[in-house]
Amino acid sequence: MSEHLIENLSRRQFLEVGAGLTLGFCLPELADAAAGPGKAGDGVIGTVNFEPNAFLRISPDNTVTVISKHLEMGQGTYTGLATILADELDADWYTVRVEGAPADAKRYNNLFWGPAQGTGGSTAMANSWEQMRQAGAAGRAMLVSAAAKKWHVAATEIAVRDGLVTHAKSGHKATFGQLAAAAAAEPVPTEVKLKDPKDFRLIGKQARRKDSAAKTNGRAQFTQDVHLPEMLVAMVAHPPRFGATVKSFDAGRAMAVKGVVDVVRIPQGVAVLAKDTWSAKKGRDALVVKWEEGAAFKLGSDEILARYKELAKTPGMVAKQTGEPDQAFAQAAKVISAGYDFPYLAHAAMEPMNCVVQLGVDGCEVWNGEQLHTGDQHAVARVFGLKPEQVNIHMLYAGGSFGRRACKDSDYVLEAAQIVKASRAKVPVKLVWLREDDMRAGYYRPLFHHALEAAVDADGKLVGWRHRLVGQSIMVGSPFEKAMIKDGVDMVSVEGAANLPYAIPNLTVDLHTPKDIPVPVLWWRSVGSSHTAFSTETFFDEVAAAMGKDPVALRLELLAGHPRHAAVLKLAAEKAGWGKPLKPGRNGERRGRGVAVHESFNSYVAQVAEVSVKPDGAIKVDRVVCAVDCGVAINPDNIRSQVEGAVGFGLSAFLHGEITLTEGRVDQGNFDGYPILRIDEMPVVEVHIVPSTVAPSGIGEPGVPPVAPAVANAVAAATGRRLRRQPFRSADLAA
Amino acid sequence: MIELNVNGKQHKVDVEPDTPLLWALRDALQLTGTKYGCGEGLCGACTVFVDGVPQRSCTVPVSAVGGRRITTIEAVDADRVGMAVQEAWRKLDVVQCGYCQSGQIMNAVALLSHNRKPSDADIDTAMSGNLCRCATYVRVRAAIHEAARALGERHV
Repeated sequence: MSEHLIENLSRRQFLEVGAGLTLGFCLPELADAAAGPGKAGDGVIGTVNFEPNAFLRISPDNTVTVISKHLEMGQGTYTGLATILADELDADWYTVRVEGAPADAKRYNNLFWGPAQGTGGSTAMANSWEQMRQAGAAGRAMLVSAAAKKWHVAATEIAVRDGLVTHAKSGHKATFGQLAAAAAAEPVPTEVKLKDPKDFRLIGKQARRKDSAAKTNGRAQFTQDVHLPEMLVAMVAHPPRFGATVKSFDAGRAMAVKGVVDVVRIPQGVAVLAKDTWSAKKGRDALVVKWEEGAAFKLGSDEILARYKELAKTPGMVAKQTGEPDQAFAQAAKVISAGYDFPYLAHAAMEPMNCVVQLGVDGCEVWNGEQLHTGDQHAVARVFGLKPEQVNIHMLYAGGSFGRRACKDSDYVLEAAQIVKASRAKVPVKLVWLREDDMRAGYYRPLFHHALEAAVDADGKLVGWRHRLVGQSIMVGSPFEKAMIKDGVDMVSVEGAANLPYAIPNLTVDLHTPKDIPVPVLWWRSVGSSHTAFSTETFFDEVAAAMGKDPVALRLELLAGHPRHAAVLKLAAEKAGWGKPLKPGRNGERRGRGVAVHESFNSYVAQVAEVSVKPDGAIKVDRVVCAVDCGVAINPDNIRSQVEGAVGFGLSAFLHGEITLTEGRVDQGNFDGYPILRIDEMPVVEVHIVPSTVAPSGIGEPGVPPVAPAVANAVAAATGRRLRRQPFRSADLAA
Repeated sequence: MIELNVNGKQHKVDVEPDTPLLWALRDALQLTGTKYGCGEGLCGACTVFVDGVPQRSCTVPVSAVGGRRITTIEAVDADRVGMAVQEAWRKLDVVQCGYCQSGQIMNAVALLSHNRKPSDADIDTAMSGNLCRCATYVRVRAAIHEAARALGERHV
């Protein structure tokens, strides 16, 4: 998301939500009785369960339940949201649990996304920060006023700590659970006082993950794990090319497979429904489908790239222009230029896409690792002719996503609904994609070509910068199209390029958005920055070398107007020992150190990579030192965890990641063709966090963009060779 | 009907003999901690023990394991090494999405069962067949060292 969109929406949305804060404790029938003298007083546990209102529920057994409007897909959101709320509530962290919210955009919209509920763009903490603080503080205030009334003391004399409410003078004390019923009768405060940050007891400290236990004993529930009475499992034969359709099919052999109960045609292909997963697979294997491929897309990825390179010779739509770039280049003493290629990339979450749908008499139930609640709710509602609110979504843990489960077209969710519709199933149906279905379904990080030029004047100053990008738009056809496409330029295609932080007086960034390539594309962890950080930061390094300048020094010189960039860069360089000699390599290994800095989603990350390049050209990344500024560090250990993982995710793409097409067919299907990083390729990672009092931004994505350019720059330092494509080729680096 | 001994209990499962152990565990016995990731033995998410040896359950047909002892993540804490690994994983908050972690833990238990003090290189070799798309590898390494340390302490 662009900075502007975030700022504008966040302010407006926050005020609206702030004004209408509806947090409170519901009051069931028996609450009064339970709250009576001797029932819920000191040391007596109540028996009343309180229903949740927006984000918080406190049970008589002292369990504090935080309702998360955001998906937990590994990024630590459940823990982060709970940390914020529990701190303002002064809850005992060990009594806090987290529950996924239902799909209900009225209560649970992403405050940066207007009237839509969903998780993405590293917004979960940023949009929820004030909201969760308010929710916790309001809960605390109600507990305190309930205690004040009960004990006939002044509210200002009451202290709350670790889930215990105390009045020192009188010796009264009560747990949250003991006060819950009485607190429910208190009016919801219209204004609450938030803590002074110096009083935070969880925020900025180590609050342990809430999902560690369930994810280490096999009990965590993913969509893949849903078992419901009489549930059927469905697999779909999908077309071999984008744009192909079913011409005809013969279900005979599939129906003969034991366990198969139905075969139906749906818009996405032919679905086989069976009593269990293996039978569904065997049924699908036995299916005979003829495809209509006349109108299908038949280009290879090499041909797409060749077309893009041709396009790059002509001017595109201007995304950003400052100064007089043409003049600067005409008068340049030295011009440096380079082209960069980026492939399609699959998200390849460990849990392939899947979804469970059950149609009932007056509505529909969906079980999903739900990332785009409102979009999916509307899409499913349209299939069945229901109102969106009749689609009840159960948000389960997602086994990774990296953007994939927030599909702008609701692809796999719609597929599950279409199967239920076509088969008229009255029982729940679980759509299962095998790895190959997942990898070949499209919705890739788009293939891109970049062309860059830099102009250095006679005084040795970097005076001109031209950056041209060619690639498909992600935002076209998405709910964010209106906000993100300005004058024909998809701001997401050029994010990280059009907002280049360096003080270069003459700059132009332009963009070609080919519209005749129907390969579905989607946001992939760090979106535009997944390619722009690489081209800008490796090209900058090349320019620094051509100018005879130290890469860190030149960056700092041109980052004077960007103190947050400069601060992380300085910190990473210092912690990595920038400028100090590296230990020499053994066995002919060439060693080098490289740096990159990049802002994405309002968070700033610098990384210094140390590499060893083997004689055969293989790269071993030994160590990556990271410095991060994501505003207030809500949960420092989770920030470290996310950045460690982001380094691995970015390296995976740089070392291996590539989806290719041959005559329109996707060549890769599983992890043999599309390898992802293994533990023996994982470097040592150090993460340093810049202390900050700025409102928090995200950390799910911003660790990804700098790693590939930092490594490529380290490789250049080691070998003198510039890598200009992802993934790298060892042949380019052989001694 | 095929007889399976899973986590110390005898079960009769009504599946075809060519059904991979993975789907028999998940669909017939509803032991869903063991995960599907690739179906080709490439990612390690489906790792279980067969007679104490780690196996990729997605490529082992049930007909091949009748009468053998199968252990899944749900019972890994019955063993002291398993419990130490699980505790180390929690202490260091290794997990992110968590989907591959059953397989990671099973394989780590197998490593520590025959090598009580693995080096980083031992860990990398033993664990390189277990993919983690969240790349929790830094903490996988640290947690295995932590479990080894804890097991060593308990020995004394």
